[in-house]
Amino acid sequence: MPAPGYTMEVELGKIREFARATKSRNPDYLAAERPVSPATFLMTAAFWSEGAGVPWDEVEGHEEIDLGRVLHGGQEFVFHGEPPRAGTRLVGRARIAADYVKEGRRGGTMRFIEVVNEFRTTDGRLVAEAKNTVIVTSQAPKTASTADGGKDDTR
Amino acid sequence: MTTTVDVGTGEATAPVLGPRPAWEDLAVGLGPAPFIDQPLTRTDFVRYQGAAGDMNPIHYDDEFARAAGFPTVFAVGMLQAGVLGTYVTDCFGAANLRRYGVQFREQAWPGDVLTYRATVTGLREEAGQRLVDLDLLVTRQTGGTHIKGQATFVIPS
Repeated sequence: MPAPGYTMEVELGKIREFARATKSRNPDYLAAERPVSPATFLMTAAFWSEGAGVPWDEVEGHEEIDLGRVLHGGQEFVFHGEPPRAGTRLVGRARIAADYVKEGRRGGTMRFIEVVNEFRTTDGRLVAEAKNTVIVTSQAPKTASTADGGKDDTR
Repeated sequence: MTTTVDVGTGEATAPVLGPRPAWEDLAVGLGPAPFIDQPLTRTDFVRYQGAAGDMNPIHYDDEFARAAGFPTVFAVGMLQAGVLGTYVTDCFGAANLRRYGVQFREQAWPGDVLTYRATVTGLREEAGQRLVDLDLLVTRQTGGTHIKGQATFVIPS
């Protein structure tokens, strides 16, 4: 079953705040009447929108995953046209795109779970996709991050 | 296009792209001048976390970070990923971005001085659009890699 969609408003004030927080002085974000959103802005959906982020319920064996061993491995954004502008209402939907296991460089295993959040306009046009790669390590994150380059956790 | 001298090593570096380079000025191996940021502060982390809505205490609560086994709080990866986006969109244009990806490597810490770089890896035409592909890199003052990334921009004609 696909997760139900959630609404994400691309807000002007949030764009300006986010651009400043990412050390931008670009008037295309800070002064434009309807600025495009910054490169990583859609990431904020994961924290602000109910139903965004990692749909753990769809992850096999999710009950046994220790969130203390979950790292943020990477993040990718694809824009089908320019990044969404302030004033756009998007409908987001999260799905598990991949789930595989690799051997760590210094022993142990790393499970990679790729979560894709797809963003469409309210009339269904695909605007952007955000792919979040979550790594579940068999070792504690501190060890794993020095061994194979994981990062801060995704909660 | 100008040739610059690396302030750290005094060595001449590759020719540098100015803002909004034309298609004719682009070539594999070129990139905007590296951006060396101010040392990372806890205020940077908190400002980003507020803007993003990410309240993970591992980035601002020292006691919490130590209890989790870290010497102190560490940087929010997505903050530096965002600054890298700022750096590269300053050169190629905010509305021209089509693909942006990052992979996290070593952690970054308060006080770290990070250097942001972008290098053209490919030029192509697709569906009537001119596209430039870039490799992105964020390194620490130790030389260690904090973030690797890739971006694609449209170059308007």
